[in-house]
Amino acid sequence: MSGVRVLVGTHKGAFILTSDSKRKKWNISGPHFAGWEIYHMNGSQADPNRLYASQSTGWFGQIIQRSNDGGQTWEPVGNKFGYDGTPGTHLWYDGTQHPWEFKRVWRLEPSLTDPDTVYAGVEDAALFRSTDGGQNWQELAGLREAKGHLWQPGAGGMCLHTIILDPSDVQRMFVAISAAGAFRTDDGGQTWRPINKGLNSGGELPDAAAEVGHCVHNLAMHPSNPGVLFMQKHWDVMRSDNAGDSWHEVSGNLPSDFGFPIAVHAHEPNTIYVVPIKSDSEHFPPDGKLRVYRSRTGGDEWEALTKGLPQSDCYVNILRSALAVDTLDSCGIYFGTTGGQVYASADSGDSWMPIASNLPAVLSVEVQTLQ
Amino acid sequence: MIRVVLPYHLRTLAQVGKEVQLQVDGPTTLGSVLDKIEVQYPMLRGTIRDHVTQQRRPFLRFFACGQDLSLEPLDALLPEEIVMGTEPFRIVGAMAGG
Repeated sequence: MSGVRVLVGTHKGAFILTSDSKRKKWNISGPHFAGWEIYHMNGSQADPNRLYASQSTGWFGQIIQRSNDGGQTWEPVGNKFGYDGTPGTHLWYDGTQHPWEFKRVWRLEPSLTDPDTVYAGVEDAALFRSTDGGQNWQELAGLREAKGHLWQPGAGGMCLHTIILDPSDVQRMFVAISAAGAFRTDDGGQTWRPINKGLNSGGELPDAAAEVGHCVHNLAMHPSNPGVLFMQKHWDVMRSDNAGDSWHEVSGNLPSDFGFPIAVHAHEPNTIYVVPIKSDSEHFPPDGKLRVYRSRTGGDEWEALTKGLPQSDCYVNILRSALAVDTLDSCGIYFGTTGGQVYASADSGDSWMPIASNLPAVLSVEVQTLQ
Repeated sequence: MIRVVLPYHLRTLAQVGKEVQLQVDGPTTLGSVLDKIEVQYPMLRGTIRDHVTQQRRPFLRFFACGQDLSLEPLDALLPEEIVMGTEPFRIVGAMAGG
């Protein structure tokens, strides 16, 4: 029997929400790792029972947890993230150079084919890989050679928050970093290059079209169309039709083009979702109305999705990793809020219902479709 | 046996009670106790002191016998009461308020 498993990371623990394919009734388990920040949880496509979780606090640093039974039991695995060689320096807030210092794991991305291989995106921004189920981690240091000395933290830290593995080319990966931009490797992570041509950050950078330094919030790609990428930048929703070689803006009629997450429909590669936020100074929905926006044209033309979502007095935020889709025939869309709600739509966003209402602030949402 | 009181979150991580006991061979120093904790409970590696720098995490302190030993060097001998097990060595997290 098919169903879904929603992996929710929050400020105070992890929660796992499960349902059958109707997605009407939900069971919530948790909190797992109660009291810890769970920046991200993710499952292996090669073995859906293999889960990884990033667990951290300011007191005790970083832990990586692994489950082999779909989140019923967990075991801590390796948590040593040592930068390769002498890590060097990057730009600091005041424009001086600052040493690279590991702080936490923002993103865990299991390999598409091997449950023991998993990538970790960390703060200060770097990419690590484990090939033994998370026991040992090695940095793919070539990434920081892509002008790493010019990367700088945003207010939320200098984090590598997005990792996309190209299903059509095992050598190709995309990552995104705040505030450095988007990067691509075509040789399995040995070498990387910035892919930020067309981005305009005139409000944040002295050179609006700089090669690096852009605050990219999130990237999305449909597996059937890996040359097309979508981006929610600090401001602006962007699209690339050449695997990031160049970008053009597709914000169109959005009420605000500031936001954090972006996602692609499971079965419609040109249908994308964003959640507009009022501004970089006011991290809540415009007009107090929580609206997901959908474009069925790959951008530019957007429609508000409001049925079942609060349309007054709503002042939550939706963070960059807190929007995800399932792959059931009628595509499900899910997002979590800093107010502790998780909303789900079983009809591509036409209507929504809360599937959890009183969790701690939601940091991340991932969805596994179980067959 | 050396008695060590762990903060709540490290107890749950190591799946132990409030206090653990360690057999430390050789001189009982701050460093040898921390080393032994990490050998006996490998899941605690990196949680009390940074993996790379070996620096104590800034929100943690080391207390024993009414003294703050947080800034002592790793080769500092611990008080006799700790060595004899009549007093515990305490790893304490910074208070978190609402």
